[in-house]
Amino acid sequence: MIVAVTGASGYLGRAVARDLVAAGHEVRTLQRRASGVMGATDVLGSITDRDALSRTLEGVEGVIHLAAKVSLAGDPAEFRSVNVEGTRLLLDEAEHRGVSRFVNVSSPSVAHSGSALEGVGAEPASPAHARGEYARTKAEAELLALDRDSHAMRVVVIRPHLVWGPGDPQLVGRILDRARRGRLPLLDGGRALIDSTYIDNAASGLVAALHRAEHAHGRAYVLTNGEPRPVGELLISMCRASNVRPPQWSLPAGIARAAGSLIERAWALRPGTDEPPMTRFLAEQLSTAHWFDQRETRRALDWAPTVSIDEGLRRLAAHAAR
Amino acid sequence: MSEHRKPVLGSNRVPLEMPGLDPRWSRTRLVPDSRSGSAHEWHYLDTLDELQKLGVRPVGTILAVHGNPTWSYLWRDLVSASVRAADAGQPAWRVIAVDQLDMGFSARTGVTRPLAQRVRDLADFTDSLALDGPVVTLGHDWGGVVAFGWAVDHPDLLAGVMSLNTAAHHPAGVPIPAPLRLAGTRGVLAASTETTSAFLNTTLRLARPALDPAVRDAYRAPYGSAERRRGIGGFVADIPTDARHESFAELQRIAAGVAKLTVPALLLWGPRDPIFGDRYLDDLVDRLPHADVHRFEGAGHLIAEERDYAGAVLDWLSERGTTSGTATAPDTDTDMSASFTPLWAALDNRRADADDAVIDMAVRGGGERHVSWQQLDDRVRRIAAGLASVGVQKGHRVSVLVPPGPTLTAIVYGCLRMGAVVVVADAGLGVQGLSRAVRGAWPDVIIGEARGLAAARALGWPGMRISVARLPWASRRLLAVDYTLGEIVERGTSAPLPVEPAADDPAAILFTSGSTGPAKGVAYTHRQLSALRDVLAAHFGIDEETGLVTGFAPFALLGPALGTRSATPAMDVSAPRTLTARAVAAAVRASDSRIVFLSPAAILNVVATAGALDADDRAALATVRTFLSTGAPVGEALLAAAAELMPNAEPHTPYGMTECLLMTDVTLDGIRAVGGAADRGVCVGSPIGANRVLISALDADGAAVGAPRSTPGVLGEVVISAAHLKTAYDRLWLTDRISTLNTPDDGRWHRTGDVGHLDAEGRLWIEGRLPHVLTTAEGPLAPVGPEQQIEGSAFVRRAALVGVGPAGLRQAVAVIETLPAVTRPGLAAPDVTGDIRERSSVPLVAVLAVPSLPTDIRHNSKIDRTRLSVWAERTLAGGRITSP
Repeated sequence: MIVAVTGASGYLGRAVARDLVAAGHEVRTLQRRASGVMGATDVLGSITDRDALSRTLEGVEGVIHLAAKVSLAGDPAEFRSVNVEGTRLLLDEAEHRGVSRFVNVSSPSVAHSGSALEGVGAEPASPAHARGEYARTKAEAELLALDRDSHAMRVVVIRPHLVWGPGDPQLVGRILDRARRGRLPLLDGGRALIDSTYIDNAASGLVAALHRAEHAHGRAYVLTNGEPRPVGELLISMCRASNVRPPQWSLPAGIARAAGSLIERAWALRPGTDEPPMTRFLAEQLSTAHWFDQRETRRALDWAPTVSIDEGLRRLAAHAAR
Repeated sequence: MSEHRKPVLGSNRVPLEMPGLDPRWSRTRLVPDSRSGSAHEWHYLDTLDELQKLGVRPVGTILAVHGNPTWSYLWRDLVSASVRAADAGQPAWRVIAVDQLDMGFSARTGVTRPLAQRVRDLADFTDSLALDGPVVTLGHDWGGVVAFGWAVDHPDLLAGVMSLNTAAHHPAGVPIPAPLRLAGTRGVLAASTETTSAFLNTTLRLARPALDPAVRDAYRAPYGSAERRRGIGGFVADIPTDARHESFAELQRIAAGVAKLTVPALLLWGPRDPIFGDRYLDDLVDRLPHADVHRFEGAGHLIAEERDYAGAVLDWLSERGTTSGTATAPDTDTDMSASFTPLWAALDNRRADADDAVIDMAVRGGGERHVSWQQLDDRVRRIAAGLASVGVQKGHRVSVLVPPGPTLTAIVYGCLRMGAVVVVADAGLGVQGLSRAVRGAWPDVIIGEARGLAAARALGWPGMRISVARLPWASRRLLAVDYTLGEIVERGTSAPLPVEPAADDPAAILFTSGSTGPAKGVAYTHRQLSALRDVLAAHFGIDEETGLVTGFAPFALLGPALGTRSATPAMDVSAPRTLTARAVAAAVRASDSRIVFLSPAAILNVVATAGALDADDRAALATVRTFLSTGAPVGEALLAAAAELMPNAEPHTPYGMTECLLMTDVTLDGIRAVGGAADRGVCVGSPIGANRVLISALDADGAAVGAPRSTPGVLGEVVISAAHLKTAYDRLWLTDRISTLNTPDDGRWHRTGDVGHLDAEGRLWIEGRLPHVLTTAEGPLAPVGPEQQIEGSAFVRRAALVGVGPAGLRQAVAVIETLPAVTRPGLAAPDVTGDIRERSSVPLVAVLAVPSLPTDIRHNSKIDRTRLSVWAERTLAGGRITSP
């Protein structure tokens, strides 16, 4: 089938586009710069550009929508424009063009109000309770997408949790960068149990969602490796695999949360485009358990991860050694 | 006579909104008084209409009578549970729960209603309903007496009796419980019960945990004014404090009638009751010896608010209630007809023998004590006769608080010989645990040393008190000692020896260690104890000439029954780890024994002190033929180290429990033979003699629901059968029911609570305890197998595998003690974590290191995994870290 991937210049989007090409699909991508995916046809443009959308979706059967503004801080209007309005425009165009499968990529943070999540499924997205602009706008987008689920267009929402892997500039890149600068504390000793998703599994899960849209449509699924780990162990393992000195200091989570709130406010006033060293959201993510029940996800998508965390770490090390 | 639904809401009407009470159950009815001709309005709950709506025919009626100062609201859980059960296709029991006159929402009659009147009132009520049988009564508090009264008066309708905390009789000479004594005093009575609502509030405050305020308000609802509370005062005034009281004769009549009841009986008790304590339970058990009894340890007077009595009632009815008529016969036993040799038979046979029967080298202050067969037999006979002469009867319970040694041995055989039931609880339970055990068993006699008797006095334990030591007059009075053991023996010299008990008479109640919850009393008959002796003798080849060295108290007691001499080595018998290698050698030499019994803790120290052995000692130990580690299974390394000290002995490590002391057995060679097996867990060997072992498979929720089978490789609860298996748990009917639920029909079986599997050769492998099973998404997971893999790491001293997360999705976490130990709990170091992950065949979400694992002090090997899993859950949720 012809499949459109938005945000294919991103780490996960590129992996998804590659998988689709490898599976024999005709792949069209939409993003502002070249996707670098061999065999895919790039449409360059913004998710908020109707013309670009129109060109991308011409004759398309399935959409995997990953384009989003992902950041810990930034202009709220920009989050809204990309994440909410962009998704709305894409959905409109997809309906208009007769797209039959629509996979909306979301985030578990849309249902995370800051308390510990242990073995839960995909709770409903809640813009009112989500923490930070990113989570809030992604929650709105998710509700918009599910609202469009119909016989004509099957909508599935997938929330991959903490995607990581070799060459990942987002999660691993930031962790290593912070660790190098000594800005990565372990909160409360890094004991909170968290789920994460190795890049290959996240990509194959999204492709599975596209294939299984007929069975899985109309709801959201959290997608992870199904191997929770203490956050500290995961961070240290990533640093060790990448030959970066692991975090040496632990901070009480309460202090980090309070500091995060202060820094967030200071960063909002301060000119510049860099990210704050700590936000309340990040402090919560690093100090509260959040791991998920994967049974329903695996059943509905008829999918299982193929790369374990240990294998993923080996690949990370091999990548660093190159 | 009109029966009508009650939409009318007045001050004396049931308000519609009460937690747990469906107003559709509520009825009122005008009932004529059979004597006065007047009529009173009754309020009651009735499920007949509900059952008819469901289209089911009731199999019988539960007639429930509340006590003072409650009302039918007390029974709301039973009302709703019975309707749910009927809806689910189980036997449908109609429930009628009345508000007694002057109580609840029934009429205020303006006259006092003594007990006899109340019993007649209830009969008038059931007559007016034309209530048909079968009826099972249910009562609580003084309502229990009224219900028993109705039961005694309606033999044609009666199919069973059930009661929560109540009394059928107040023993003469025993002061009535203090709270009531005060409330019953004129002046105080009116003030506490009517003018104020103090009595009502005090009763409602007895519930643990505290009642929900809405529930408390519901109980108070019908008692809003002094006028409406008059019934409460009337009830308290009606408690017969002595024979002059107008209700005394009626209470006597009912108590005598209860003793003649043969219908099935159920007594559910909350022992933390300041009024109806264990004393009254014991009285009822004497009157209804066939009753099924369950004491809910920790529950109190308002047991209906504290425990699932409704579930217990319905479970019991489904087993006993539909078999109308007389009590069900006890389980027929395949070993009933088996030959039986009394435990004291060897004493009889060797009564003229001057050889040593018991050698005690553990005498406090040093020295040894030798007791010949002649002396022991003589002492046993005198104690038996002496106890009988002071009024101890067959079936009476004798709590023995005496440390192991010849005196304990003589007392135990003396009791057994006369048919008294020996109650034995390990001092390791601690004073609190011991007190719970003693009060639970409610002994008729306590025999102890000064310390035990002081505890008995201070903690208000029941029973006649016999001191093993002679006491100065002052301490004797202080401890309220009735007799000394010397006096008993003296009386026994001239008194006749009582008739021997029969094989199936109760012989002993042994308390479990309490490492798996409050200690439970395990009841044995003479036949079962004799069977234990026989299986021990047959399996280990023990005869008159063998001799035993016993560094493990329970087996020391069996020496005289086995007809061979037994020696206790020099040690502090209450602390097995004080036993040295030299002491064992000396005991072997002194008794010329071929068999040595030791506990795991003792073996550890014997091995550690082996350096002190001289050539003579080694020569003595070389004569040992069989060596047993009894108590908990020990590892190969420790067993092998002990075997080196006894080069000609075959080391055994049997598996058993208080409920069945010898189940399976494995030798050191046997352990070595399975060293390469892929099985998870600890191999405890094959069943001994005619014992049988089956496995009840676990389902995805970790519940042992499978029919017990011998299929190899299936993980499940270990289910056992043996001639020497327990009779039952004492006064723990529900626990006993669970332990025998869905077991095979042939013989007595017991669910052990241990999980494991059988291998293709029929050997049993233990993998943990049932509550410690992790219900993972891949199915149930037992902890011991992975723990053994983890303990293979050079970084690890001990490991426990526990689960975090919701049931069905539990994630395995390894909690370890490291080498060297960490000083603070937290994530294990990365290298340690890596090594452990590699060794474990199950995925681990985290590895936590702690300075020390919470361990049961009496069982060095038993780690408190339940507590540890709660700790791990909290720790890995990201909360503040504490020590486990």
